[in-house]
Amino acid sequence: MAPQVILQAAVSGLLLGLIFSLISVGLALIWGVMGFINFAHADFMMLSMYLAFWLFTLYGIDPVFSLPVAAVLSFILGVLVYRLIVSRVVGASIVVQLFVTFGLMIFLRGSAQFLWSPDYRQIPETLVSGRLQIFGVYIGIPQLLAGAGALVVDAILYWFIQKTETGRALRAVAEDKLAASLMGIPSERMYALAWGIGVGGAGLAGALISTYYYIYPDVGSVFGLIALTIVAMAFGNILVTFIASIATGLVISLGGIIIGPALKYAVVFLVFLAVLLLRRTKE
Amino acid sequence: MFRQKTWSSVGVLLALAVLLSACVTTGAPEPTQKPAEPAAPTEAPAAEAPATEAPAAEAPAEEPQVVRIGVPYMLTGSSAQIGIDCKSGVELAADIINNEYPDLDPLPLAATAGLPNLNGAKIELVFGDTKGAPDRAMSEAERLITDQQVVALMGGIFSSCSATVTEAGERYEVPTVVGCSSSPSLHTRGFKWFFRVGPHDGLLGENQMQFLAYLRDEKGVDIKTVALLHEDTLFGTQSADMQEQFAPKYGFEVVDRVQYPRESPDMSSEILKIKSVDPDAFMPTSYAADAILMQRTMKELDFNPAVILAQDSGHSIPQFTETLGPDADYTMSRETFNPDLGVTVPLLAKVNALFNEYADKDMYGDSAREFMALIVLADAINRAESTDPEAIRQALTETDLTAEQIMLPWEGVAFDSETGQNTRARGIMVQVQNGTYLTVWPPDVATSEPWSPMPAWNER
Repeated sequence: MAPQVILQAAVSGLLLGLIFSLISVGLALIWGVMGFINFAHADFMMLSMYLAFWLFTLYGIDPVFSLPVAAVLSFILGVLVYRLIVSRVVGASIVVQLFVTFGLMIFLRGSAQFLWSPDYRQIPETLVSGRLQIFGVYIGIPQLLAGAGALVVDAILYWFIQKTETGRALRAVAEDKLAASLMGIPSERMYALAWGIGVGGAGLAGALISTYYYIYPDVGSVFGLIALTIVAMAFGNILVTFIASIATGLVISLGGIIIGPALKYAVVFLVFLAVLLLRRTKE
Repeated sequence: MFRQKTWSSVGVLLALAVLLSACVTTGAPEPTQKPAEPAAPTEAPAAEAPATEAPAAEAPAEEPQVVRIGVPYMLTGSSAQIGIDCKSGVELAADIINNEYPDLDPLPLAATAGLPNLNGAKIELVFGDTKGAPDRAMSEAERLITDQQVVALMGGIFSSCSATVTEAGERYEVPTVVGCSSSPSLHTRGFKWFFRVGPHDGLLGENQMQFLAYLRDEKGVDIKTVALLHEDTLFGTQSADMQEQFAPKYGFEVVDRVQYPRESPDMSSEILKIKSVDPDAFMPTSYAADAILMQRTMKELDFNPAVILAQDSGHSIPQFTETLGPDADYTMSRETFNPDLGVTVPLLAKVNALFNEYADKDMYGDSAREFMALIVLADAINRAESTDPEAIRQALTETDLTAEQIMLPWEGVAFDSETGQNTRARGIMVQVQNGTYLTVWPPDVATSEPWSPMPAWNER
């Protein structure tokens, strides 16, 4: 295998990993703060892809400019979903929590199919179409933008959680809800915030990848399972999630080249199993 | 402790998620078909069955006034739209047979009313509803034969349904003429009562290699090596098997065969792997939107084969040309039908105009092949001068229609005496030229010259 090919695969994998990170960091935040697994996470991404698509189709707004709209609307949607649905099952058994978000996932996919048909759609030409060539390595500009956007959002999120007062409050609630409440931290608000930020991240990811990926009601299933696997490997830790996302992107891309594209996901899940086994024996 | 407990559930939940999401995704669009419209609400076909109250008991010993043909199609369920379109196709065919259409002249039975050799007897279609399920197709075929006493059957559109319909035909010794089911397994069972007018997948795979040889020998395109990329379900795997089987026969070397999981978030490793073997011809078999991502990734990674020759499906959905715009140009695909064929196949334009009046839409591959199948069957019944199944079967084996007499881009219709397969059927090759798919092969029905080789991405 030529080194050029490996390098190309590594770059593609890195960009893919960055996209995964934006989806899974939000998922990890929700899980880390309230121990709640959101199965509908990638379907919020799907909604935001449709948002970008319709803004483009109906009003000619380029996906690059729908980014802030997607982020804000997704944030609001996340808070609403928490307030209206999730807050009612906080503290219920994990099976109940599972069914709530799973039901939400099926509802979102079904609604998208009902409203917009199961057809595949794509935004034909955006401001960021095209490619670059650096040292013989080709990089699609939409992927580059999506990767860079993901990196920036990840960094802001990390800073927010680690360095700000609100971020500390979030972490406090995650660590011990009761103790945090005694210190005067409103845990309900923190939960809603985690949902807002988490779903907002998924929304941003959706708008970013709509510049090059196709859009259809089940698109969440493509990214959702990988994101869940990443978060599960990282145990809800944000920084580890970020690293695991990049690693997953690289494993998919390099594994595809070295072992064969047919087995690229098998390699990811093999790594996942290995991580599970190692964590188990350690604890 | 809480974490640990949560944790142990995660594995179980993930497994559940995989299972459930597999269930949820069944709503995805039917990829192999080329539906003209999203599945519309279906009209109740049940009304058809009781409407045809059996005159069968009335002595058929005299001259028969009607000839009853059983049509087991899926008329309800998720694929109903295809069944309904094919129903319109055979209804139009029956109308053409039963009434005088002198403008369609070389088409068998068009110029006369009814079947002339049976005193102008009319064709009567008796529909059954398979719902697209093979077991239902079998019971409907049996019902049509035993209750409705049809003298011949049509196929079940889907290969899986045609498999059981023809089994019933074989058991009850009723000739069955299949139009559009294309699985090669149908004609290799040694059935005596099975006939298929359309091409099968093996033939279509061979057609692709014949086309590449045509580009090499007639057009001087330098093609020696081919690389296959296919999605990993039955459709893609069989397609690549056929390509691999026929490539050496036409002097091509398969330098790589790569399979990929469909609906992948990224296709760079697939394209990179193919690019690293640098094939002259790149032959993808893909579902739905994978084709679009594949094409974009090819451009991004600067992969420049002389020829891209796809296998229908993903490369032939309308979004492919709509979304990619000029980047779709030069892409070729194997098809069984293309709207521009009306230019070179005169009968097709005329039949399609009638179909448009009747069903308010254009014909496509499936409805056209089912239309043709009924004409072929009626032609055989007419030549048999009888509704005796054995006489019809005998007449079918003697079918000899030329290219001028049919409305599809084939060399005609004549059945192989062993397998019942139409040996004159063939696929066509189309190419995106300025955003539209045009027929470029075989030369006698082509509407445009192939653009080949494909220029490099940075020179377009």
